[in-house]
Amino acid sequence: MIGAFLDRRPRLANWVYGFTPPERGTVVLVHRRVYIVPARLGWLFGATLVILLIGSINYALSLGFALTFLLAGMGLAGMVHTARNLARLAVSAGRAEPVFAGESAQFRLHLDGRSGFDRPAILARHIGSGAQLVVDLPAGGGAEVVLAVPARRRGWLPLGRVMLETRFPLGLFRSWSYVEPDARCLVYPRPERSPLPPSIAETAAGALRSPVPGNDDFAGLRGYQLSDSPRHVAWKAVARSDDMLTKQFTGEAAAELWLDWRLLAPGLGLESRLSRFAGWVLAAERSGAQYGLRLPGLEIAAGRGESHRGACLQALALYEGTP
Amino acid sequence: MTATTPHPLAPELRLVSARDLVWLIGSLLLVIAPHALRAPWWLTLLTLCLFTWRFYYALNRAPLPSRWLVLGVALVAMLGVWIEYRTLFGRQPGIVLLSLFAGLKLLETRSHRDAAVAAFLGYFLIITNFLYTQSMPTAALMGVALFAITTTLIGFSAPQRAPRANARTAALLLAHAAPAALVLFLLFPRVQGPLWGLPQDAYTGMTGLSETMSPGNLSSLAQSDAIAFRAEFEAELPPPVLRYWRGPVLWDFDGRTWSIGPGYLVRFEPPRGGRATYRYAVVLEPHNRHWLFALETAASVPERARMRFDGQLISLAPVRARMRYEVVSVVAPEAEEEHISTLRRALRVPPGFNPRAVALAAQWRAAAAPDDQVLLRAIDFFRAGGYAYTLEPPLLGAHSVDEFLFSTKAGFCEHFASAFTFLMRAAGIPARVVTGYQGGELNPIDRVFTVRQSEAHAWSEVYLRGRGWVRVDPTGLAVPGRIESGLARSVPAGEPLPLLMQQRLEWLRGMRYQWEALAHKWNLLVLGYNPERQRDLMSFVGMRDADWRNLTAVLFSVLGVLTLLLLAWSLGRLARPDPVQRAWSAFTRKLAERGVARAPHEGPRDYATRAARALPAAAWSILRIGALYIGLRYGRRSGARELARLRRRVRELRLV
Repeated sequence: MIGAFLDRRPRLANWVYGFTPPERGTVVLVHRRVYIVPARLGWLFGATLVILLIGSINYALSLGFALTFLLAGMGLAGMVHTARNLARLAVSAGRAEPVFAGESAQFRLHLDGRSGFDRPAILARHIGSGAQLVVDLPAGGGAEVVLAVPARRRGWLPLGRVMLETRFPLGLFRSWSYVEPDARCLVYPRPERSPLPPSIAETAAGALRSPVPGNDDFAGLRGYQLSDSPRHVAWKAVARSDDMLTKQFTGEAAAELWLDWRLLAPGLGLESRLSRFAGWVLAAERSGAQYGLRLPGLEIAAGRGESHRGACLQALALYEGTP
Repeated sequence: MTATTPHPLAPELRLVSARDLVWLIGSLLLVIAPHALRAPWWLTLLTLCLFTWRFYYALNRAPLPSRWLVLGVALVAMLGVWIEYRTLFGRQPGIVLLSLFAGLKLLETRSHRDAAVAAFLGYFLIITNFLYTQSMPTAALMGVALFAITTTLIGFSAPQRAPRANARTAALLLAHAAPAALVLFLLFPRVQGPLWGLPQDAYTGMTGLSETMSPGNLSSLAQSDAIAFRAEFEAELPPPVLRYWRGPVLWDFDGRTWSIGPGYLVRFEPPRGGRATYRYAVVLEPHNRHWLFALETAASVPERARMRFDGQLISLAPVRARMRYEVVSVVAPEAEEEHISTLRRALRVPPGFNPRAVALAAQWRAAAAPDDQVLLRAIDFFRAGGYAYTLEPPLLGAHSVDEFLFSTKAGFCEHFASAFTFLMRAAGIPARVVTGYQGGELNPIDRVFTVRQSEAHAWSEVYLRGRGWVRVDPTGLAVPGRIESGLARSVPAGEPLPLLMQQRLEWLRGMRYQWEALAHKWNLLVLGYNPERQRDLMSFVGMRDADWRNLTAVLFSVLGVLTLLLLAWSLGRLARPDPVQRAWSAFTRKLAERGVARAPHEGPRDYATRAARALPAAAWSILRIGALYIGLRYGRRSGARELARLRRRVRELRLV
């Protein structure tokens, strides 16, 4: 098929389809971009019409002619209606939340009918991955399509080309259009489960110092996390309730966890290192500690919380390595 | 890289649902219903069983029967059709098989593709109904069926949509199809069929006169209410006594049956003289025979017709479709000499039959020498004979004329005509039987003159030297009321007349006039549109001698324009923003004038909140408009009242 042929030749496709991706803002499917061909059922319908016509001629059936021509007219009107089902549809891309490599990026496309009639059975299909969804747009309204595109590698994942297709109302014609909205999803490195490195307190000189356990003063109880040392579990409290609780000490809050490139074995590849780092960031965030990143050419000050974690993971996702 | 995930819009991968099947079966039933009246009951029952069977599977979500089982049922069905009709080919068995196959197709229908094929089969089954009748009620029923099938088909493409919305779309599609259909109907180059030989039973079921006449066959035809032909007179109508519509002339008698016998065509020469002239057009219902009907005596021959030596109009092709022709008739033209061989043929009687009638004729001949004297005696004999006119004549034996004349003394027009002609021949006067119709009825609504099968009639013609062939209607002699007031008033009360000929149903008759006037229009304008009419239409719009090339060129240009108009309509509807959006735009314009322009990224809620803060005087109104807009646009709220409220609030919004 021509579609498949063009999919392998993006530049030719740009020329044929009349737009150059990615397209910013809201994309309106002007009729120049909406294509239409008869579907297989359409050919079958055509064959039925030919048989009906021959029968009408042979038996000189006036109403047979009327039926044949009414059906032919309906096929023609159906073609216009099928094209109309897509024409002037407005497509805009929403925000895609970052995901880890190996997961699926959830791209949101908002389809806005912008019309007084409803547009049923519109298929949105992601060309690259085959992710697809059929939606019905109500009259005057829109609908959101979530395309789950597998994220294989870290970095920015562009949405790529999306095909919108419909066969409504009669299924005799297949109308489609391509859009490539300016949407991308941040893909964090695939996190590798590994124990956190021992906490490291930072000196002004930047030299490593032996870890100082912050277990001086008991400050209270908090929920158990996997990374917690069994020595800190409040076993008496656990015996009273079902929740695992960890004793917290003031010294621990002050401790800063530095995730440093140099903690890793030198032979490890870049992607493995980043995966390990991503795992550490998750673990560190869970442990509730203050943590910072230190990579060649990149340093993120210690901190904690959702946005800090996001910043760290984004830095890892986009890290180019040292030249 | 192209992914190979299944395509959710491909009909072969979408499973048919119970709802789809209900619609499909329902619309197929609509199409098949008229056939059920014609097919044998057990075949109808089998078809219904197949539908029910499939529906049972759909309800129980059971796997469909195996292919072998379906094949077995198909073979059994074909065997049944063969036993019933002794053939699988032909109109009736073919149609019965088609409706059975529609049921079998459903039994293997899993996907929407199969279902769509079944729907197309339904479209095809519609046309098979037109093989039997193309009347307005049939057209209306099939219109409903067409609509139902189309709604079904739309349902396959939009399984989540409400059937009512699908029906609306179907109506819209059909409305959009209508102009193109009309253009195609008028301009598509028409070819006169048939393209190949039709099955032998293609034209069965047409009623009318036949080549032969024996006691009893006209009286059975006379029980039919069916229309034989209609005539539209240019000026006034002929009086009832002149309403003799001439059909087949019967020459040969074998003692029981009169038949046309061999004949030849003559070059037509218009008769000279005559008292009155009538010009009229006849629309003849198909009867699958060659003859045409005209008032006696035809003074012109219609197109594609000839005249037989005995004055009978013959169409070149059998009349298998409704046919319209124009004729001129004159009353009592000048006599013409007849060939001696023809006269000799008109004297032939089979030897050994009806001895009493032969004796009576010989007695008349002996008493009076000139032919017209003999004729007068015969006329007196019939007038005074005390014969009864009945639609239920007694059965007659070998000497049918004798038995009728002297013992039963009751009969229908064929008995009178047969006996009278026999007597004349036996007395040595050349005579022949003419069959046709006598009478007719004027529809006061459209001034169309209708002649029905119930007015079938037979009369005699005798040849008198110097006067030529003279019509003698022995039925009229014996039962004068038959000619002046029609069949209904001349048969004894209580005889089974066709419903609409009965006297007491006057109100019904008024309705029938309306209906028949409409049916006549339908016949002429819709059903009668043929290659000839198409040529007429083309020369009317200034395209003389339009051949198929001209027609095709015109057709495609008009169709192209229509499609463009439809496209323009649909794009026009798209370009016009909907009223909700219009009201919102007016609102944002008003606010922008006061310096609160909407940022492109700003949603309606944020914008309304910001605007309300910036313009505290109108804060409440602004927030209300925002909420209405959000409700109409994103919420479940919809409806004219909400929209009207939004528009009013936007209009009344005062920002000072």
